Amino acid sequence: MLRLVARRLLQLIPTLLGLSVLLFLWLNRLPGGPASAILGERATEAEVARINRALGLDEPVWVQYGRFIKRIFQLDLGTSTQTGQPVWEEFTLRFPATVELSVAAIAIAIVVGVPLGYFAARRRGSWLDVTAVSGSLLGICIPVFFLALLLKGLFAVNLGIFPSFGRLSTGIDATKVTGFAVLDGLLTGEFDASWDAVMHLVLPAVALASIPLAVIVRMTRASVLEVLGEDYVRTAESKGLDKRVVRARHVLRNALLPVITAVGLLTGSLLSGAVLTESVFSFGGIGQFIRTSIDARDYPVLVGFILFIALVYVLINLLVDVAYSLIDPRVRVH
Amino acid sequence: MNATPGLQKKADKIDRLAQLMERTETTSGAGLWREAFRRLRTSKTAIIGGVVIGVFVLVAIVGPWLAPYSPTAQDWRGEVFPNQGRFVGPRGENWFGLDHLGRDEFSRMLVGARQTLLVGVVSMLIGLVAGAVIGAVSGAAATLGGEPGKRLDTVIMRVTDIILALPSLLLAVSVAAVLGQSLTTVMIAVGVVQVPVFARLLRGSMLAQGSSDYVLAAKAVGIRKRRIVLTQIMPNSLSPVIVQATLSLATAIIEAAALSYLGLGNPDPAIPEWGVMLSQAQRFFDNAPMMSVYPAVGIIVTALGFTLLGEAMREALDPKLRG
Repeated sequence: MLRLVARRLLQLIPTLLGLSVLLFLWLNRLPGGPASAILGERATEAEVARINRALGLDEPVWVQYGRFIKRIFQLDLGTSTQTGQPVWEEFTLRFPATVELSVAAIAIAIVVGVPLGYFAARRRGSWLDVTAVSGSLLGICIPVFFLALLLKGLFAVNLGIFPSFGRLSTGIDATKVTGFAVLDGLLTGEFDASWDAVMHLVLPAVALASIPLAVIVRMTRASVLEVLGEDYVRTAESKGLDKRVVRARHVLRNALLPVITAVGLLTGSLLSGAVLTESVFSFGGIGQFIRTSIDARDYPVLVGFILFIALVYVLINLLVDVAYSLIDPRVRVH
Repeated sequence: MNATPGLQKKADKIDRLAQLMERTETTSGAGLWREAFRRLRTSKTAIIGGVVIGVFVLVAIVGPWLAPYSPTAQDWRGEVFPNQGRFVGPRGENWFGLDHLGRDEFSRMLVGARQTLLVGVVSMLIGLVAGAVIGAVSGAAATLGGEPGKRLDTVIMRVTDIILALPSLLLAVSVAAVLGQSLTTVMIAVGVVQVPVFARLLRGSMLAQGSSDYVLAAKAVGIRKRRIVLTQIMPNSLSPVIVQATLSLATAIIEAAALSYLGLGNPDPAIPEWGVMLSQAQRFFDNAPMMSVYPAVGIIVTALGFTLLGEAMREALDPKLRG
């Protein structure tokens, strides 16, 4: 197990290095380069030259790249041009909101999606199956931000069941411990704050869950259908094993393997979706910050975010691989 | 009617037998594609998807001539006050009502279909062509290039994996940042996102073909490697790519709408496009939800059409499902 983790961590290095080269090249390709990003479009040539010298942009490219890498290792991602604060601090401040939202969304997707996909496969052709399949098709085809708007318009603005924006209501004075609003309330015993945070989480999480949910339903269904036709399932059934045992140990355990991989691969689209949902619900996480950074052309933030996301993505997929090998002994042997 | 039940049963049996025989007749000599097409014609999913796409393409072609009014003329400007929340809904003159600048929404939907189709098709083609070239090189190197080929394949795949790891939206934002804001940017940005998908798919498919008997036979006969790749492996590896191309049209249209929502869309207000229309209308969602619903439904239905057809094609081409 340790060897697997170590090997996967080593494989990370070339990936991240490659990404950093791409990002570095990208930064250099930006219209007018970093100088005009700092000075704005109306900078004179003398000013640009001065900034270029100050930033070391007149040095050879590989020297610049070396400095870029060094700064990344020191977690120095530059300062946001919008807020004037270090990018790293802006991220750590907003990270909990996005994690909370993403975890809630993926939890909804798994808790609803796996049973739905499983029963759709078991009762192939039934109304449940038809609903699950067409529902998941629709889930993929609805633009996330439109779904978010619809949910907000219907359940927040018109019906008033859920709050329409933010993470906590204004009247609630919650103590901040971890930054995760739901968890903080539980830790400090402020259950009203926790409940308020949960209510704020429902709509954005449902909107964000739409694509992962659709993918998980389809994956689970296809995978269960395949496993149900396998010889070992028939063998298990014909030797008189209890049906529940066959379903849990033979069908589900094997069918869930590709689903687990899919969950890992969904991280990227989840974070894309977070940018869209968070801005519809003014959720105050990284996603919303990225949205304003796009408007403001805040490149240090965008570069930092891309690096950050790549790291998160790779780490989550590492976790998925480990989880995979825990469930599937065949992987461990190889 | 006057046939006895026994005879009826017999007739049914013969009918079924004929069906079965007809089936073997067509499948025995027919290629993968002909067989797939035959299956497509009987698939409900494919028919629904095909009809939706057909209508969409038709509207994209003739829409501008069907539109009752100019999509850009603000003919009813004096009737719409977005700041006060006053909008005009559907009425006799304007079937879909007016947009926030007093333009006829129905005409804009009709004219906008063309631009939406264009964005979808061009971005898909960008992803397809670039991805296919990369995937073909990688796949050819891995199957026939020996040790150095395998190494080249690893390098190429690592690079595409990096791009695959990035959230598509951010990748698109990065491209848009370099190229500036325009319709071309949107198409390139959405296309770039698809490149690693197509590359991985074609390579994977070529690898699967590379170990098959006919490639081995071709190698044994001494056919040149380039020729094996171009005439043997490639044509047999294309079907998943074509399926993906259909599915990509759906994602491209949705992705373009998301880019518009993020303010990176086509800045030219003269050309209506559903994604841009949706992102403009969403600001007035609380007062005039229907203004968002029209373009949104357009996008969803079109995306559904492409997805349905793509799924049906995937099923039709799946050798596991062939009779």
